[in-house]
Amino acid sequence: MAEFLNIVAIGLLLGGIYSLVSVGLNLIFGVIRIVNFAQGEFVMLGMYGAFAAQVAMGMDPYIAPVVVAPALFALGCVVYWILLRPLQGEPMMQVFATFGLLMVLENVVLALTRGVSLSVNSAAAQISMSLGPVQMPLARILVLVAATVVAGALGWWLRVTLPGKAIRAVAQDRKAARLMGINVERMYMVSFGVGAALAGLAGCLLAPLYSMSPQIGMNFIMPAFAVVVLGGLGSVAGAYVGGFIVGLTEALAGFYLDPALKHAVLFLVFIAVLIIRPAGLFGVAGAEEVGLREQS
Amino acid sequence: MSDQLVVEDLSAGYNDMPVLHDVAFRVPKGAVTAIVGANGAGKTTLLATVAGLIKPSRGRVTFDGRDITGARADALPGLGLALVPEGGRLFPFMTVQENLQLGAYAPNARPHLAARMREVMDAFPILLERRDQHAGKLSGGERQMCAIARALMCRPALLLLDEPSVGLSPLMAERVLEIVTRLAREEGLTVVIVEQRVTEVLEIADEAHILDHGRIARSGTAAQFLADRSIQETYMGL
Repeated sequence: MAEFLNIVAIGLLLGGIYSLVSVGLNLIFGVIRIVNFAQGEFVMLGMYGAFAAQVAMGMDPYIAPVVVAPALFALGCVVYWILLRPLQGEPMMQVFATFGLLMVLENVVLALTRGVSLSVNSAAAQISMSLGPVQMPLARILVLVAATVVAGALGWWLRVTLPGKAIRAVAQDRKAARLMGINVERMYMVSFGVGAALAGLAGCLLAPLYSMSPQIGMNFIMPAFAVVVLGGLGSVAGAYVGGFIVGLTEALAGFYLDPALKHAVLFLVFIAVLIIRPAGLFGVAGAEEVGLREQS
Repeated sequence: MSDQLVVEDLSAGYNDMPVLHDVAFRVPKGAVTAIVGANGAGKTTLLATVAGLIKPSRGRVTFDGRDITGARADALPGLGLALVPEGGRLFPFMTVQENLQLGAYAPNARPHLAARMREVMDAFPILLERRDQHAGKLSGGERQMCAIARALMCRPALLLLDEPSVGLSPLMAERVLEIVTRLAREEGLTVVIVEQRVTEVLEIADEAHILDHGRIARSGTAAQFLADRSIQETYMGL
């Protein structure tokens, strides 16, 4: 039993990582309807940002989001305005553009770091907590807490504030949104910026857990795609819950079947959900045309 | 009576397909002006161009003495010009109340949101009952009322209505046109209405223009059009 509980805890903590990375990806898809292949690279930049903040200012990686997230927000806004806005109306070209951005960011960081692996330290990352027979590293618990807070706060912001409602309006009907006086292009830019900032936040919190390399974004982006499709494209709640489904599936399959099969099992579940419920677990059938998913 | 809207030599279309050709007409303040014509005559394109959704290739649009030719659609509610598009285009996964709140998104309307919401709910009591319901679940008539109410949230001086009775039962269509009349007569709102129910709309309108193949074919008072059988037969298929 203790063994099973430990595996479930590992799965949930892994799910927290996937949720945190996926929420921003899903926001961008839900509003702008762009599958952002470079989202993993924004996470990677967040990790290097945490490293830079530690080297330059002695900042703990758990404090680093204070500077890294706004920087990623600004980068996201610039990327949207310069790269994606001119391609509006050509969604496939936008997807290819994000793929191009992935390669650019990865190679620029590779050139800057010469491929040397880097890591950041935090006192919190050394602490492990136990709950009965279950052992949990504090660093992963912090990621889980952050994912919960981010998903909750983003959901609240979208639901309660006028700018949040404006973003949902843009996602549902951009022409009608324009008629309300909403600057659609600005909302797209803000959404992309927020998505990038969330990736930056994720990067900072993941930095103490992983050895950094320019390709590390790929570790997150594939599971993140599985998360958003499982949870429902465009749904914040779906990204949050989907992260845990993916994390638990990976952990349980990796332990009880074969570690080499964990991704095979995960994507079998992914295919099954697509067949049974194409809109995803939290998606609304037919909502493809209105973007951001809402629950009835 | 001074003019609220002046359209001069307006040409517009979609990509390389011209739809409107040198359209010109004036809309007096406080009047109901009907734009009628056959399907494909360019009525919806005309409203969309005035509302900034389509950039004109030539011509000029003046609203309240201000040149708004080619202005962004999102800038116009703040100036007092609102369009209710065909079908209402409510945000289906948002509640009625949220839809109405977004109607007051323009910065100059936001400070008055709560007061305006009360006024609009008073004017459309059914929306008060439905305020927490998703707009996508409203009936056709409720949806149209919500769309009109949403447009009124920014306190417009000019309301453009594109086929407000489309898809509604005759009774509900009559109610919607009654609301339009009340807004114009009691609140002094200027209304430009595109409508397929020609006789009904001419009965509530002060002036009318017939659009034919993207050009204004005839202009006059609504009473003249109602009285002239030959106009009705030639342009309106009545």
